[in-house]
Amino acid sequence: MRRVVITGSGTINPLGNDVPTTLAAMREGRCGIGSLDIRDVDRLAVKIGGQVRDYDEQTHFNRQQISLYDRFTQFTLLAAKQAIDEAGISFSGELADRSGVVLGTSGGGLNTQDENYRAVYEEGKNRVHPFIVPKLMNNAAASHVSMQYNLRGPSFTVATACASSNHAMGQAFMMIRSGMADVMVTGGSESMLCFGGVKAWEGLRVMSKDACRPFSATRNGMVQGEGAGVFVFEEYDHAVKRGATILAEVAGFAMSSDASDIVTPSKQGAARAIAGALKDAKLNREDVGYINAHGTGTAANDKTECAAVADVFGAHADKLMMSSTKSMHGHLIGGTGAVELLACIMAVRDGIIAPTIGYEEADPECALDVVPNEAREAKVSAVLSNAFAFGGLNAVIALKSG
Amino acid sequence: MSIAPQVIEIIAQQALLEPSDVTEASTLEDLGIDSLGLVESIFAIEEAFDISVPFNANDPTEGDFDISTVGSIIKAVDALVKGQA
Repeated sequence: MRRVVITGSGTINPLGNDVPTTLAAMREGRCGIGSLDIRDVDRLAVKIGGQVRDYDEQTHFNRQQISLYDRFTQFTLLAAKQAIDEAGISFSGELADRSGVVLGTSGGGLNTQDENYRAVYEEGKNRVHPFIVPKLMNNAAASHVSMQYNLRGPSFTVATACASSNHAMGQAFMMIRSGMADVMVTGGSESMLCFGGVKAWEGLRVMSKDACRPFSATRNGMVQGEGAGVFVFEEYDHAVKRGATILAEVAGFAMSSDASDIVTPSKQGAARAIAGALKDAKLNREDVGYINAHGTGTAANDKTECAAVADVFGAHADKLMMSSTKSMHGHLIGGTGAVELLACIMAVRDGIIAPTIGYEEADPECALDVVPNEAREAKVSAVLSNAFAFGGLNAVIALKSG
Repeated sequence: MSIAPQVIEIIAQQALLEPSDVTEASTLEDLGIDSLGLVESIFAIEEAFDISVPFNANDPTEGDFDISTVGSIIKAVDALVKGQA
């Protein structure tokens, strides 16, 4: 069986505009959540979010690019550049044909949709810019990455709400492992922090108005974030032959569907995905030292997730660490698994476990070691990253040290 | 402002050129404007003059809007603006 390793990583998210800044923030337990700076915020009940700050699209892209790149595409391209630069790879000839891009997003060009609904409904305009469709489509980001880097192999976009980027990275992993591709650019991106985007989430009444406190008894909901995480996944021999630095090995992946409810999570569905990832990675329960939790900070997710982990790991559940970095960067929805994979890489490569910040009070229904408030040094050889989406679609990735 | 300089400015912006580099004899091909660029230019012209340009990207030669040169575009825009008045 072909092995798959990670040879490049890139990100832009509320904690930083690159990987080193983001990992430093995770080590320091810094919070990237703050007051939302968006149009009509005064009409929102939820006024906080994990926004990418001090971002000026004009410093990165020219006018013509901006007319085609929604914010979620811009984030993707910035993260992809970092990842491909770090991997030190360029794509031509046969390699280009055997390399592709699979990305996750949930809302796609939601800012573009929001702005144009305003134009036609609120302002009563009868004419819109000609590029609205190519700008808002969910596969725009994947297509622009493929065009920019000449990735001519299998390329598409995955939309499974909060599990989108884990599902995307899982596809990329399986494609390389099965021999369909040699190198895949993968991850995810999201940019839903616009009036319509936040207003829609408000309707569900699962959003916190003050902070994201996963696993804490005082938790009162999720906080939305935005940004992107992009990686270069590469077949092991290919990476070794060209002398690439290996950040971590992707050891296994599993998905499951709750097949029960459109929003309420299921312990069984989550447990089947976690157990499936262990089996696929040929890991024993005791091998896993850290889990990057889905950990949204909602009442339902956190207790269900802890129960699922306890079920799968038995007595070892009390020994492993499980944190939610959403406490720092917020929930990046379709991009969240990609940014969270950075915490997993930091765990297996650097031996640093990112904390769950904002933790105030123990909840007997979340009685695991959630690495409260402060990062920890610990040597771990295998880790999992959980993602459990609305719609009951679960995706869990296993990493090993490279 | 009269019509010609405005149209030239829109097309120049699309072609990433200075207006002085765009003449009425230039074709869109000369200026490196592709089909997406053409559609965007027409949108900008519609916005600038508040007119509706009869242009179908499926068949750019169909209809009265002659896009063969910058000069022909100016003439067509002029006719649309006058027709509206």
